[in-house]
Amino acid sequence: MRNDLVLRVVGKLLIPFILLFAIYVQFHGDFGPGGGFQAGVIFAAGIVFYALIFGLENARKVVPDALVEAMLAAGVLLYAGVGVAGLLLGGNFLDYFVLDADPIHGQHRGIFWVEAGVAVTVCGVMLKIFYMFAARGDGATGLGE
Amino acid sequence: MSLSAHLPALQVVLPLLSAPLAVLLRHGGFACAVVTAGAWAAFAAAVGLWLQAGEVGVVSYHIGSWAPPWGIEYRVDRLASFVLLLVSGTAAIVLPYSRASIEREIPREQHYLYYAMFGLCLAGLLGITITGDAFNIFVFLEISSLSTYVLIALGRDRRALAAAYRYLIMGTIGATFIVIGIGFLYLMTGTLNLADMAERLRDVESSRAVLAALAFLTVGISLKLALFPLHQWLPNAYTHAPSAVTAFLAATATKVSVYVLIRFWYSVFGESLVYVELPLPRIMLLLSLAAMFAASFTAIFQDNLKRLFAYSSVGQIGYITLGLSFDSIDGLTASIVHLFNHGVTKAALFLLIGGMVIGLAKSGTVPPAPTFDRLAGLAKRMPLTCFGIVIAGLSLIGVPGTAGFVSKWYLIVAALEKEQFWLVGAILLSSLLAVAYVWRFVEVAYFKPAAEGTTRREAPLGLLIPAWLLVIATIWFGLDTSFTVGTAAEAAQQLVRVGK
Amino acid sequence: MELLAHFSHVVAVFLMVAGLYVVMARGNLIKKLVGLSVFQTSVYLLYIAPGKLIGGTAPILAPQYGLYSNPLPHVLILTAIVVGVATLALGLALAVRIREAYGSIEEDEIIAADNAAEEARP
Repeated sequence: MRNDLVLRVVGKLLIPFILLFAIYVQFHGDFGPGGGFQAGVIFAAGIVFYALIFGLENARKVVPDALVEAMLAAGVLLYAGVGVAGLLLGGNFLDYFVLDADPIHGQHRGIFWVEAGVAVTVCGVMLKIFYMFAARGDGATGLGE
Repeated sequence: MSLSAHLPALQVVLPLLSAPLAVLLRHGGFACAVVTAGAWAAFAAAVGLWLQAGEVGVVSYHIGSWAPPWGIEYRVDRLASFVLLLVSGTAAIVLPYSRASIEREIPREQHYLYYAMFGLCLAGLLGITITGDAFNIFVFLEISSLSTYVLIALGRDRRALAAAYRYLIMGTIGATFIVIGIGFLYLMTGTLNLADMAERLRDVESSRAVLAALAFLTVGISLKLALFPLHQWLPNAYTHAPSAVTAFLAATATKVSVYVLIRFWYSVFGESLVYVELPLPRIMLLLSLAAMFAASFTAIFQDNLKRLFAYSSVGQIGYITLGLSFDSIDGLTASIVHLFNHGVTKAALFLLIGGMVIGLAKSGTVPPAPTFDRLAGLAKRMPLTCFGIVIAGLSLIGVPGTAGFVSKWYLIVAALEKEQFWLVGAILLSSLLAVAYVWRFVEVAYFKPAAEGTTRREAPLGLLIPAWLLVIATIWFGLDTSFTVGTAAEAAQQLVRVGK
Repeated sequence: MELLAHFSHVVAVFLMVAGLYVVMARGNLIKKLVGLSVFQTSVYLLYIAPGKLIGGTAPILAPQYGLYSNPLPHVLILTAIVVGVATLALGLALAVRIREAYGSIEEDEIIAADNAAEEARP
C-alpha cells in the first residue's frame, strides 16, 4: 500500500486526529464513556494505521521496539506506584483518599494516574502484538505469505 | 505506617512489581535478582501473615480502604496462610535454581522475559490464595495461567509448544466454567465478596441456579487441578516445560486450584449444599480412586522419567481429593497436609531431575530428555542426585520417616473413622503401584551396569543445593509434624466451624 | 412464551454450547481458538444482560433519575474481555510457532508427527 497516493494523503491527514481523539477519550473518561483502555487502543490504532500505510520499518523508527517494551512495563509500574503512594501516605494499598487533603480530589488524582498507567500499558501491548505478528510474515521464517 | 498491617497487600504487590521491573531492566542477571528479591520478600510476608493469622484467626485487608462487601477484601485465614507459605517458599527456592538451569534450556536473550513471567505467575498464584473476592479469583487465575502457558512454551522441544497450546485450550475452558459459576452466584446473591456470599446463600439455598453454580465451579476447578479424567493437559505440559518451571508448577499450580475448590466448597457453599444436595462426595470418591489407580498404573509404563512423575502427580492429586470426599475434619486435614507434603516432595523430585539432565549433557549443549535408556548405572555417576530422587520417591510411596507417610497416615485415619475399611486397602494397594514406578528408576540407576569408564560427575552445585534443601524438608516434615499437621488441623477446624 | 422471556439466556446458552462444540470437534488450531472465543463471549452476555434495566440510566447521581442500571457487570466483563483478548493473542502466537515447528496446524498431523519422531528414536 506504500505507493497508493490517496491512502498516503488521507493517512497523513487522519493520523494526528486519531491520536488527538485518543487523548480526548483518555481525559474525558471522568465524565463520559472513555478511559485508559479505549484511549490506549485508539492511540495504538493510529500507529498501526501508520505502519500499514508507510511500512513496518518506518513505524519502528517512530515507535521503536525498546520503547514499546518499556511502555508495557512502565504502565503497570505507574499503576502499582499509585497504589504504593497510597501506602506511603498512610492509607491502604490503592487508597486514593489520602492522595490529597480533600478526599474527593484525592480520588480524582488517583484515578487520573491509574488510567494513565492503563493507557500506556494497553497501547504498548497492542503495538507489541502487532509488531510481533507483522514481523513474522517477512520471509525471515521461510513461511512468508 | 506500620509494615505489618500492610502485609496482605505487599504479599501480592511485591512479586507483581518485580515482573515489569524485570522487563525494564532487559538483562537476565538483573531480572533474576529483582524477581528473586520479590519472591523472598513474598516469603517473608507469608511467614508474617502465618504468625498473624495464628494470633487473630482471620487477617482482613481492605484494598483502597473500601470496606467489604463493596471493595475488594484480602482475607488470610489459617488455610490461606499455609498455602501462601507453600507457594512463596517454593518460588524462593526454585528461582535461585533457575539461574543455573535455564542458562542451558532457554536462549539468553529471552532470560529476562522468563523471570518476568515467573514473577507474574507467582503474583497470580499468591493473589488467588489471598483474595476474598470471587471475581478477583478469576482475574488472578488468568494472570497465573497465561504466564504459565508462556513458561511451558519456553521449553526447547517443539512438543512444548503443542503442550502449551493444549493447556491453553483446556485451561481457558476451565477458567470460563469458573466465571460462569461465579456469574450464577452473583446473580443469585448480588455480591462478589466470598464471606458475604456465604451469608446470603443461606436464604436462597437449594435453588437450581445455585446448584448449577456449584456444578460449574466444581468442574472448572477440577480441570485446573487436573482431577482424573480432566488431567489430559498435565503430562505433556510437565514433561516438556523447562525443569525449573515443572518443579514450580508441580508444587504450586494444581495445589492452589485445590485450595480454590476447598474455599468454594467449605467457605461459600457450605457442607449442606455440597455434601447433601448433590452427590458430589460420591463422584469425588470415584474419580479420586480412578486417579489413584489409573494414573499410577500409567506411570509405570512411561519411558521418560519426567513424564512418569507427571502421571504420578495426577495419582497423588487423587489422594488429596479423596480426603475432601470424606466430609469430615480428619479427611480435610489429611487433604491439606497432603497438599503441602506432596508439593514439597514433587518440587524436590523435579529439581533433581532437572539437575540430572544437565549433568548428563556435555557442557554448553541442550540437556536431553531423561529417558530410561540414558539412565543406566547413573547412581555411580551422580550418587547424590540419585539418592535424593530415591528419598523423594519413598515419600511418594509413603514410607515412614518421609513427608508422604504423614499425609497417608492421616488419610487412613480418616477412612477408619468413617469405617470404610476397604478404602484403607485401596490406599495401600495404590501405594504398591507407586513402589512399582519408583522401583523402575532404582533398577535402572542402581542395578544396570554403567557405561565403561564412568567417573563421578554430579549435577552442578547451584542445582544440587536448592534441590537437596527440599529433600531435607521432605524428611523433616516426615519426622516433625507439628508445623504441617498442626496448621492443617487448625485450618480444617476453622473451615468447618465457619461453614456450619 | 417462557422461551422468549428468557431470550438473552437462550442466546447465551446457544453460543456457549456452539463454542464448546467447535473447540472439541475441530482439529484445526485456529478454528479451535475461534470456538474458544465464541464460548468466552457467551459468558459476557450472561453477565451483561441481567445488569440492564429497561428504562434505567447510567449510574450517575442526578435528581431527575431514580432508576439505574447496575454498572458492576460491565466492569467485570471489561476485565474478562481483556483476559479473553490476551488468551486469544497468546493462542494465535502459539499457533504461529507450532506452524513454524511442525509445518501444520492440524491437530492430527501434529500428533502423527510426534508419534513418528518418537518411533524414529532408537
